[in-house]
Amino acid sequence: MPEQKVVDIDYLFKEAPRERHFITGAQAMAEAVKRANVDMAIAYPITPQSEVMHLVGDLYAQGYLKDYYRAEEEYGTMSAIAGASRAGVRVFTATSGPGLLRGIEAIASWPGHRIPAVLGVLTRVVNAPLSIQPDNIELAYLLHSGVVLLHAENQQDVFDMTLAAFAISEMVDVYIPVAVATEGFFVTHAKGYVDMTPEDMKLPPRDPYKAPVPVTDNEVPPARIQRDAPVQKSNFMSYLIHAVWQQEVWSSTQRAMKYIYKYLNGPIEVVNPDADVFVVASGCAAAQGREAVRYAQEEGLNVGLVKIKSIRPFPTKEVRDALKNAKGVVIPEHNIEGWLSKEVKAAIPNSGIVVDGPRVYGGMTLPVELIMEEIYKILGIKQEKKVVI
Amino acid sequence: MGLRYVQPAPGFKQYLPKDYVDLIDFGPFGKEVDASQLGQFKEILEEHPMCAGCWMAYFVRVFYASLPNPEDTIVLGTAGCARLALSQAAVPFIYGNYGDTNAVASGLTRALNLRFPDKQKDVVAIAGDGGLMDIGFSMTMHSWFRREKFTTIMVDNEVYGNTGGQESGMSPKGVQLKMAPKGKKFDKLPATELAKLAGCVYVVKIAPTNIKRLSKVIKRAILAARHFGPTFIHAYTSCNIEYSIPTEEVLKDAREREKKDFGFEEYMTDEVRAFFEEIEKKKKEVRA
Repeated sequence: MPEQKVVDIDYLFKEAPRERHFITGAQAMAEAVKRANVDMAIAYPITPQSEVMHLVGDLYAQGYLKDYYRAEEEYGTMSAIAGASRAGVRVFTATSGPGLLRGIEAIASWPGHRIPAVLGVLTRVVNAPLSIQPDNIELAYLLHSGVVLLHAENQQDVFDMTLAAFAISEMVDVYIPVAVATEGFFVTHAKGYVDMTPEDMKLPPRDPYKAPVPVTDNEVPPARIQRDAPVQKSNFMSYLIHAVWQQEVWSSTQRAMKYIYKYLNGPIEVVNPDADVFVVASGCAAAQGREAVRYAQEEGLNVGLVKIKSIRPFPTKEVRDALKNAKGVVIPEHNIEGWLSKEVKAAIPNSGIVVDGPRVYGGMTLPVELIMEEIYKILGIKQEKKVVI
Repeated sequence: MGLRYVQPAPGFKQYLPKDYVDLIDFGPFGKEVDASQLGQFKEILEEHPMCAGCWMAYFVRVFYASLPNPEDTIVLGTAGCARLALSQAAVPFIYGNYGDTNAVASGLTRALNLRFPDKQKDVVAIAGDGGLMDIGFSMTMHSWFRREKFTTIMVDNEVYGNTGGQESGMSPKGVQLKMAPKGKKFDKLPATELAKLAGCVYVVKIAPTNIKRLSKVIKRAILAARHFGPTFIHAYTSCNIEYSIPTEEVLKDAREREKKDFGFEEYMTDEVRAFFEEIEKKKKEVRA
C-alpha cells in the first residue's frame, strides 16, 4: 500500500485532484473506505453485498485498516460495530436486504446510542419468495430509524457518498450513523466511470473526544460515575428522557443537511428546471429517469428530472421548490410499496399531480419506456402500442 | 489515565456531592479492597431497585467489590434483572439491545486494544441466563470461538425474572413457569461445558455461598481474560420471587443447590494455571 497522508476534509472533497477509473460499485465503495482512514470493519456475507466486504478485507490485509473480522451474523455485526464505535474508533460495515433486516434492531438503536458508523446498503429483495435481485423495499425500513440515508445512482455517487458519509457522521452537530444505499448488481456488479481522489490521501483520523457524547473508554469526563439510571427510576423519567433524546437525534439528522450541501452539492439534482413534467427518482431509478429526459428531449417534450440523493434528511423544501410549476410528476421506483412516492406526496401541496409509478419489483430492470408511457399520459399524448415479437 | 478521570480537579472537590467524594476517598478506586469486608468501605454499587432477598443483587455487589481495576473497567449488560443494578453502579455501563452483550463487547474490546495497546482496560459482560444462553446464544458462543479477550458472567436465576417469570433455557427440567404451563420439557443447557468446548480459558460454576471464593474467581476471570482469551463464570443467583424462596432462606437455598447440582467447579488451561501460580508466588514473596 502507498504511504497515505492525512489531508483536510474540505481539501479532499473540493480541491484534491481526481483521476478517472472504470470500476464496479462495490469497488467504488471500497475505494472510498480506503481513503477514509477507517480503523475497523466487520463483515458478514450476503449477496450482493459480499463483494464490498471482500474488498474491504483486502484493504485490511494490505494495512489500510487495523482490524477486520467476519462476524457470526448481522445482528452480531451491527452490535459489534456499536461496541467498537463507542470505544472511539472509525468503523464500517455493509449488508443487503435480509441482512439489513436481521441487523435492524441494532441499527435502529445506533442513532440513539450516538454511533457515528457508516453502513453500506447494497439492496436486494427481502426474502419470500426468494430472490437475490435488487429490489429496494428494505430502504423503507431505514426511513424511520433515525439514520442519515443517502441513495446513490451510480458508481460515482457510491464513491462520493461513502467518503462523505464518514465526514458527515462524525460532525459534532450530527454524530449519528450514515447509510449509503445503492441497488445491488445494477451498481455493485456493473462498471462505471468514477473520478477518484488520490489513493495516497486520506481523511483525518476520528477524534473520539470531538463528540457531543463521551466515548466509553474510561479516559474522559464526564465519567459515568453517578447513580443515574433514569430509565429504571420511573416511567415518567424514562419517557421524558427518551423523548428529548430522540428529538435531539432527529434534529441531528436535519443538521446533516448543511454537510450534504457542502460535500455532495445538495440533497437533490435538478435537470431542466423549467420542465412541465418531472421524473422524481432516487438511486438507480434516477439513471432511468435521466434517460427518460433524454428521450423526451428528442421528441420535443419539456421533461425534467429531480434526483433525490438524500432520503434522510428528506429535502422537503428543495423538492417543493423544484416542483412548484410542475404539471405532472412521475416517480419510478424499484419496489412495490412506493416509499419515495409517499415521501414526495407528503412534501408538496398538490400531491394530485403525482403519478404513482412506474414500479418494478423483485429486482427487475426498469425500462425507460415505462416512464415514457406515464409522461405521455400526463401530456395527453396517445401512443400506439407496438408489440414486438 | 483511568484513575485520573474519577478524581476531581484540585479545588473542585468541595463542591461535589458527598456521595461522589466518599466514593473517591473511601471507595475501591486505585486500591484493592477485600470483598469480605463489604459494608466497611464505600461501594461502587449501593442503591439499587432489586427485590428484597435477591441473590443476584448480592452477587452484583460482590462483583463490583472484586474488580481488580475498577477505574478502567467497562461493564456490559442486557435486558433482565441484573442491569437494574449494573446501570446504577459507578463504573461505565453499556446497555445495548437484546442479548447483544458479547457482540458489543467484542467490538469494544478490540477497539480499546487498538486505541490503548499499552494499557489494560477490562471489559466484562454480565447478563442473565436468557440473555446469554437463549436470545444471545450465538453471540455468546461466537465471541468464545473467536477467543475475544473479555469476561462473560452469567447470573443464572433460571427464569426470565424481569419480564414476569417465563421459562428460560436454564430453567430446570420439569419446572412450571410462564410459557411452560405444563412444565419445562428439557434440561438446563450445559453452559460451562459449552464454554470449555468453545475455547474459554477459565471457566467457573459457582453458587455464591462463600464470599472469599466468589471474589477470587471474579478477579481470576478478569485477569485471565486480559492475556489469554475468553473467560466465563456461571453463577447461581436465585430468583426468590418466581421460585417462592422465603427471603431468609435464600442463602440456605444456595447451599442446597451447591450440594445438589451447583457444586463449585473451576477449570483453567495450563497456561492460565501457570499464570495464577506465578501471581500467587509473587504475592507470597511480597508478604515474606
